[in-house]
Order: sequence, then C-alpha cells, then structure tokens
Amino acid sequence: MDTIFALASAQGKAGVAVIRVSGPQAHQAALQLSGSSLPRQGTTLRVLKDQFGNPLDEALVLLFSGPHSFTGENTVEFQVHGSIAVISAVLQSLSEIDGLRIAEPGEFTRRALENGKLDLAQVEGLADLIDAETESQRKQAQTLLSGGLGVLAERWRRDLIRAASLIEVTIDFADEDVPVDVTPEVSGLLSGIQADLQKEAEGVGIAERIRHGFEVAIVGAPNVGKSTLLNMLAGREAAITSEYAGTTRDVIEVRMDLAGLPVTLLDTAGLRDTDDHVENIGISLARKRAESADLRVFLVEKGEDLTIEMRDGDIRLLPKADVRENSEIAVSGKTGQGVDYLISHITRVLRDRSAGAGVASHARHRETLNSANERLKNAQTILLQGPEYYDIATEEMRSAIRSLEMLVGRVGVEDLLDEIFSSFCLGK
Amino acid sequence: MKHSIFDVIVVGGGHAGTEAAHAAARMGVKTALLTLHRRDIGVMSCNPAIGGLGKGHLVREIDALDGVMGRVADKAGIQFRLLNRRKGPAVQGPRAQADRAIYRTEMLKLTEAQENLQIVEGEAVDFLMSDNCINGVVLSDGAEIHGRKIILTSGTFLRGVIHIGDISRPGGRMGDRPSVKLAERMDDFEVPFGRLKTGTPPRLDGRTIDWSGLDLQPGDDDPTLFSFLNNRISAPQVSCGITHTNERTHDIIQKNLSRSAMYGGHIDGVGPRYCPSIEDKVVRFSDKSSHQIFLEPEGATDHTIYPNGISTSLPEDVQEDYVHSIFGLENAVILQPGYAIEYDYVDPRSLSLDLSLRGVEGLYLAGQINGTTGYEEAAAQGMVAGLNAAASCLDKEPVNFSRSNSYIGVMIDDLTTNGVTEPYRMFTSRAEFRLSLRADNADQRLTPISISLGCCSQERKEKFLSKMDQLGSTKYALESSKYTPKQLLSAGIKVSQDGNRRTGMDVLAFPDVTFETLAPLITGLDQTKPEIRRQVERDALYATYIERQKREIDAMKRDEGHVIPVDFDFSSISGLSNELKTKLCVTKPHDLAQAARIDGMTPAGLALILARLRRDTSQKKREA
Repeated sequence: MDTIFALASAQGKAGVAVIRVSGPQAHQAALQLSGSSLPRQGTTLRVLKDQFGNPLDEALVLLFSGPHSFTGENTVEFQVHGSIAVISAVLQSLSEIDGLRIAEPGEFTRRALENGKLDLAQVEGLADLIDAETESQRKQAQTLLSGGLGVLAERWRRDLIRAASLIEVTIDFADEDVPVDVTPEVSGLLSGIQADLQKEAEGVGIAERIRHGFEVAIVGAPNVGKSTLLNMLAGREAAITSEYAGTTRDVIEVRMDLAGLPVTLLDTAGLRDTDDHVENIGISLARKRAESADLRVFLVEKGEDLTIEMRDGDIRLLPKADVRENSEIAVSGKTGQGVDYLISHITRVLRDRSAGAGVASHARHRETLNSANERLKNAQTILLQGPEYYDIATEEMRSAIRSLEMLVGRVGVEDLLDEIFSSFCLGK
Repeated sequence: MKHSIFDVIVVGGGHAGTEAAHAAARMGVKTALLTLHRRDIGVMSCNPAIGGLGKGHLVREIDALDGVMGRVADKAGIQFRLLNRRKGPAVQGPRAQADRAIYRTEMLKLTEAQENLQIVEGEAVDFLMSDNCINGVVLSDGAEIHGRKIILTSGTFLRGVIHIGDISRPGGRMGDRPSVKLAERMDDFEVPFGRLKTGTPPRLDGRTIDWSGLDLQPGDDDPTLFSFLNNRISAPQVSCGITHTNERTHDIIQKNLSRSAMYGGHIDGVGPRYCPSIEDKVVRFSDKSSHQIFLEPEGATDHTIYPNGISTSLPEDVQEDYVHSIFGLENAVILQPGYAIEYDYVDPRSLSLDLSLRGVEGLYLAGQINGTTGYEEAAAQGMVAGLNAAASCLDKEPVNFSRSNSYIGVMIDDLTTNGVTEPYRMFTSRAEFRLSLRADNADQRLTPISISLGCCSQERKEKFLSKMDQLGSTKYALESSKYTPKQLLSAGIKVSQDGNRRTGMDVLAFPDVTFETLAPLITGLDQTKPEIRRQVERDALYATYIERQKREIDAMKRDEGHVIPVDFDFSSISGLSNELKTKLCVTKPHDLAQAARIDGMTPAGLALILARLRRDTSQKKREA
C-alpha cells in the first residue's frame, strides 16, 4: 500500500495550510522531515527540513496512529504557514521520499471507506458537508455523515428480518406448535416499513433542493420593478434596470442564503404580448423557469389576470410601493418597503417544505428505497394469497432486505434464525 | 496380522460413513468400511425418521448423486408425509418414519452388494502416519490397514460422555464405548476441538400406552418417496400418536431441575436450540402450559415408541414420574431411559470445501464430528467426503458444491465459513436460493454432476436422461407457443386484456392455471406423463424469481472465480481489523464469495482482499 500525501486545505494564500500524509510510511516521513523523534500521538512543534537539512517552515506536526485516524491508517498532518511557496516546498520534499506519492482526488476518503471508517452513505455526507454553504445544507450533510441513514436502514432491516422470521417459522417448523396465522403481524410490520420508505424517498426531492438550492422566480408585467427588487435582495446591481419596459430578456440568477436556506432568485422578462422576436424568446423562457421554480413572487396590480398559475406558497404583491398611497401588501425595490415581509414569507414557506426532508438525500438513496418498497408491495399482495405462496413472499422480502443492505451492511441467515429462536418455543 | 491395502478407508458405519463408503466405491476406488460391528451399519441412534424440511431436500440431493440414504429410507418407511404439502413446492419436504430394523438390514444388504466396497470389523485406535500424511489406521487388536485417504465419521464417539441425571459415564452411544485414543491422536494434529451435547427421550413400550384417547396421525394417502428411482412403498404402514405435556408434568420437571445433568451443571457442551430438552422448554417458555409430543413407532413390528419432544437428562425416577403424568402414558413402561450425550467436535472452519482437514494430508471428516446434527446432514457430508477422497485418489479435480446448486453446498459453506455454535441442522431458510433448490428438481441440479463423475448407475442415468428429454420437449412446446389475451380468455383463462402475447410457460405461472387447462391449446401435449406435467408447473411457478435470482447467482459466481491461494497471508493486509484477520485466518476462505460470507465481513474488507489478490496475480505475471 502506497503512502499518499496532499494539501488538505484550499489552494492559495491563507494563514495556515494543512498537508496530510496517510499510509504505512506516514510516521516515518514525518520523522524524516522534522529531523528528530516524535511522540506517537498528539501535537508537536518542529522546523521542517528538506533532505539537505535546509529549513522549509516551522510547522505544527499532528500524529495519528491507525486505526484511530480519518483514513484508518497511520496519518500525519502538517500545519504550515499558508504560503504557496511553503506548501510547494513541503510537497516537493515529501515527493522525494521513496514510497510516497501525491494522492489522487478523493483518495483519503476512499481509504477511509475501504478501512471501514465510513460507510457509503457517510462518504456522500462528507462530500455534501464539504460543499455545504448554508446552515440547512450543513445540518443535512452532518446527519448523513454521522450515519443517520445507516441507523434507519438498520431499523428497517431488523423489522424486515422479524417479519421474515415470522413467515419462516411457519415454513421450517410446520410440524410444531407455532402460531398459524402470522399474516396480520407481518403485514403490519411491512406497512410500517413501507410508509417510512416512501416518506424517505419522497424527502429526497426536498433534500436535493436543500443541497442545490431552492428556486424563487419573480414574475410580472414589464417595468413593474422586478429587477430593482432582485438587486435590492441581492444587495448589488445584478440586473440592469431602466425606465424602459422589456429591459430584462434573459433569466438573471442570484444565489443567496436566506436564513440558512440556499435560494436562487430568478429575475425574468416581463410578461406581455409583443412582436419583438428576441423579447418573445425571453418571455417564453421566463414562463418555463417560473413554472419549474419552487416558489413564485408575483408583482401584479389588483384584479390583474395572472398568465401563470399561482400555486401553494406563492406570493402576490403590489409593485412599486414607493409610488403608492395605500401600500400594505406592496413591495418596493427602490425603498426596501415590504422587503422584510417578502423575505419572511419566502423563508417560512421554504422552511416548512424543508421539514419534509429526511436523511436520504441522493438519487441513489431514492432508487434503492423505491426498489425495496416495490418488493414489499409485492410481498404484501402475495401474502394475501395465503400460505401456498409464503415461499415467494419471503423471496420478495429477502430481495427488499438486499436492497436496503446496499445502504448499509449485509444480512446473515443466522440473524434470521436468532430472531426465530428467541421468540418461539421450538423442537419436539 | 495382515494388512490389506485400500484407496479409501471410511472409519464409522453410521449415516456419514455408509454414504461416504458408497460414494467412494461408486467412483471406482477400492474402499473399506471400518465399523465396530457389522450389525451397526446404518443404525439410527436418535429418532426413527428420515427427511423433513431442509433435511428431505438433502436426502433428495444425496439420491440425485446416486447415494443410498433415499433408497434405503423408501424401503424402511412406515409412515410417509410430505411436510408443507399446502405450501409452495420449494418448501415441501418429504419425511418418513423408518423401521429401524429394515433400515439396518437394507443398508447392510446394499453395502455388501456394492462393488469395490469391503466391510471390515474392528475399532480404529490410531492413524498410520508418514510425515504429515495419513496412510492408514491401526485397530485395537494391533492390525494395520493401509489406505491413501481416510474418512473419519466418528459421530459422538470422540470423548463421548453419557449423562443421566447426576450419573455420568464415558460412552459413544448407549451401550458403546467412546473413542478416546483416537481423540488423543487428533490432539497431536492441533485440531481445534469444541464440545457439543445432544439428548434423547426415554424409549417407551408401546403395548403399555393407552392409545384409545390419543390423536393419531396417519401417513399421506399418496406417499411421496425419497428416491427418484422408486415409486412405491414396501413396508407396512403405521400411524403416529400425538399427546401433550401438562402443568403437572412441568411441575415435576421444575422441582427436579437441580437433578438434571444440564441444569445441575454437569454438562458444558452447547445443545441445539431447535431440539431443546424438555427441561429447557419448561424453563425457557414458562408461559406455555403444554408442549406437543409425537409418539413415533420404531418399527412396524417393534413395540418401542420414541416420544419425540421430551428428550431429557433428568434421573430415571424423575423420568418415570413425568412420563406417567402425561395423558395416555399413565402406565407406560420405560424401556430405556433418556440421556444426554456430550462429545467433541472439530471446528469445521479448519476444513476445506472437500471436507479434508487442513494441515493433515489425506484425512477427511464427515458427520457429527463436524458439529452437525441429523442423519441427513451426516449422510450429505459423507457424500462430499467420499466423492472427494476418491477424486483425489484418481487425481481428479475436487468436487465442490455451491450455495447456488444445492443444500449440500449451503451446508458445506455454512460449516466451513462460520463454524458452528450449536449442533448444525438444515432449514430451508438457510438457502437463499431455495426457490431454485427444490426437492423436486434435485435430480436436474445434481444428477448431471454424478453422471460426469462417472459414479451414476446405468439405471439412474437412463431414467434421468429420458425424463430430461420429455421435460425439455414439453417446455419447448410451451415456450414456443404464444397466445393473445383473447385466445386465453376463450380457453377460460382470465388475464388482463393488455394485448400482450404470453407464452405457455408464462400462463402456467398464473395461480389457478394447471397443465390441464393449457394442454388443449397446444398440440401434442395431451400425451404428457403426469410426473412431467407437475414438474413443468413447478418450474413455471418460480420462473420469474429464478430469473431474478440468476443475477445474484452470477455475481456470486464471479466472486467464486476469485480463488484465494492456500498460502494467502491475510494478516499482512493493512486496513483489515484484527477481528476480521483472525476470522479469515481460521476460516481460510476458498474464494472471495466465501470470504464475503464470513460473519462481520465488510464490503471494504472484501475490496482490500480483492486488491491484494489482483496485485499478487499481476506480480506473478510479471515474474513469469
């Protein structure tokens, strides 16, 4: 096994940079660079030197002994000054040591996975955490990273094993004093798991939104101040504004953090009938994006017809509050009037929706959950056909267990028998 | 004394021993069956029954490989029942009460008639060794028998101890001495031993049982036999009786628990959870006020009754008391008290897939010595050891069974991968591919193996090939005819009118559709034999699931293709936990698929092993 190293912190100038080394030779490499012996565990301050004894930088050296490290292997972290020159000098010195090589992208995490320090879902969680920009993204990633999905899958698997064992007992111990009609309990267990699976699978959509951002589209007639409102919300001149109707033709996107939720605001072309070919392209694009957005903010006059359907959670406001007398439900990008109200509305709606997100957060999770659910649906139908088809029903359940195992570990038939034996008196 | 020379010597004439000896002899090598007494061949020491769920599957598989157990059990059967008759064919298991005397007589007859097979009476006390290689056995009278391969099937005889209440004495079976010397010799091999126990109930005199008020359980009207070669029974048929323990029985047992060998602390061995003693049942399931007892006749003309369900290690006087508290047994005379027996077993993880013991050249182990219980489990291992010992003598490839082709494969894999913590018994739920591993298709799965090994009788071969011919052409006819929903509806078959054309096999999988419903639609099928009709129906029923499992089986076969060399050094793989390393070193998995099944194995651990295997292979290539 090679020993690998790489810069673990971001590229570029910074106060501190972290260089990580992992593998059988990691400790040896640390010793070579720091020139004197190091404690097997903990933090030491050392001057790192190249192979000719020239000092590179003063560094904090952290030693971790496998398996108690991120990768599960012997690991060293050098905290050096975040200078591009220092970093490249240290990396250069490491590369000159025999048996050490620069890590491939993601290789530290892969080793952590291979060494059983993380399961597959946790790896996904780790990647999400590194990408997280907002509070809700951080929380979602950390639930996954802390093994939340594994805990759930383990619970479903346990219930499924229990359900299967109830059927198996009527199969393998047909000649003995065992409960005859186990279908009500089995069916109850399966229904419970199915409901959970469905809820988690449905939550993946929301979880993906949390990961990639919710889209909020501002729509309305031309020249009602949509772009001005966007600029106000963004805190910068993201969109060009003018007194001419039809200034915005493309869709302008602004990413922002709304009370911890990642939101992409969309400024769209004003909706009207026009002969201008280019403007028409912009309008149809606006409609499309507005339709697919998570939320729509309508800037419209009282009684004005909406050409895009208003859906649950959408908000309708009067435009240009600054030039109105009576402006209780109006908003102005110019003066900021009504903006707080708008923000709190968007936040409330999106936060409510976020509550629907479970631990499952990736398309892979959804597919696995759905396929397990499909098997259980079959199992339920087959169970109703009676004991004649119990063997097929348990095959469907076994198949569901296998699907769930793709999220975590693996099922042993001994688990099944353990469940059988702890629950029933068997043996004649 | 003089010294014959054999290829294979089988030590022990029980179910593992007889099957092993027959298998080796059928393979064409010169075989000796060494037993204490000729009369002990095929003796049933425990309950007088063969087959059951999972076990019946094993018997069918043994028969498909042209073994003897099924044929003998058919002759000796005095009450045949197909268990789970009202459940799917995959989980139906043939079972029969067997007449002990007929079983022994028939087994001896077949054994004496088998070509290449010689019965030798005597007690093996030691092995003949040269270096680390076994090449014979020494008998108690000093005689030496030379052989190239030895199959040891010593059952419960290794350091066996019999317990009745607080009385314990050495014994391999009631009335027989244990094999202590052989066990000591095995110690020299540094074989990892463990201790197990099993029990038997008191045997009753059927003439003193009041049968008048008891429920009787007759056999099936249409008996299902074990052997693919047989279609009729020969012994007279009897019924079993059913009675129950009651609260008084339980009181007597509760009061005397301290006098039970097990509860009095005289036994260290672990007993099977699925065959608990009556003491165990009363203690562990104290909320139940009654347990079922089957009164099984030991023979059509034998008065002995085996009360299945009340095995015990209580003292004789307590046995008398509790037996007499049971309805119908008030005046029953105990012919032989129940007893528990404790014995040594070898950790089966030290065996290879061919059941040879690693580290000792030429020694194979089969049966209870490997930690199993049951005649069928023993016989199946005997088959594996017998075929492989012979194959090895003939310089042929090992005969390995897989989880995907047989219950035999499931058992061998379970034993050699994860060892045992209690006597191992077969269940259908142990087989993840049980929809394809059925009792009804054991011949389709295994007889071709037996034919290609050259150890299949001409009679079986001809019968099998003709059956496969008929099955093949019938299935072809069904698969090549397609019907619209409209056509099917006109034949009285309800299908959704989705316009999809379905093959005859597809339609046969529908509930309520039988071969007879379909036959009028297809020309030439009206002559099909009933046995073929039923077989096609069963195949059709599971076809979709078997197709789905095929992907899983293919994945497993891929992993089985990654054979791990015998000298592979698991301890040098960095990143594997010490616990896993230890388990891997004990089990020494044959391939990656087996490694995957080691308890606690992680996908990550497998990736590491695979990576090392690949590295070693590419290194070898470079060196070559």
